[in-house]
Amino acid sequence: MLNIYDGALDVPKILKDWYKEESTSNYGAYIPFVGTVRDENGIDGLSFDIYEPILENWFNVWQAKAKAKGAIIKMAHARGDVLLHESSYISCVFSPKRRVALEFIDEFVEDFKASAPIWKYDLINGKRVYALDRSTAIKGSGILGVK
Amino acid sequence: MIRVEFLGPIQKNALEIEITNLKELAKILQEIPEMTEWLENSAVAVNDTIVISLDMELKNGDKISMLPPVCGG
Repeated sequence: MLNIYDGALDVPKILKDWYKEESTSNYGAYIPFVGTVRDENGIDGLSFDIYEPILENWFNVWQAKAKAKGAIIKMAHARGDVLLHESSYISCVFSPKRRVALEFIDEFVEDFKASAPIWKYDLINGKRVYALDRSTAIKGSGILGVK
Repeated sequence: MIRVEFLGPIQKNALEIEITNLKELAKILQEIPEMTEWLENSAVAVNDTIVISLDMELKNGDKISMLPPVCGG
């Protein structure tokens, strides 16, 4: 399950809904990761652009990897502005046993940071400033620049 | 006709151009000065699948997307 929301995520509701959805699915472990916007570098918040077609493809590949381990993943991300101390990202893994979920959430979130087609901007004095220095070029980048 | 879309922070309107492969696209974009930085750090997708080689023929109606460095979360 992949959900995109306009603005900040309602963390208690999303975590509760996910719990309810799987409460009788016989998973022994539910490991969520909640990303929160921190007050740092004088920003008023963050803002996000998302390209959904490739994000969905990317997510489906990870869902298939989870399924192969008897697990499932869920993910929610904000589009647009998210202010300080609000949440922009939640993901989780449900698995029969804890070890799979603990390892999987780490691999999944790392690849999310490196590959998911989402662009982050700092909100500074009402303007969006692209966070290039904290961004990662997707694998294979630069081929159109080769002469 | 091939549609080329520039995603995220690349502030450029989509192009509709007549090309038959990605090498032709590279040549066209390399002649646009404001694209220089983006060409070096962006990934390329054809019909929403990221490609890692320019050795690819295109057909009428294909969609190309340029994806600059990402940072979700």
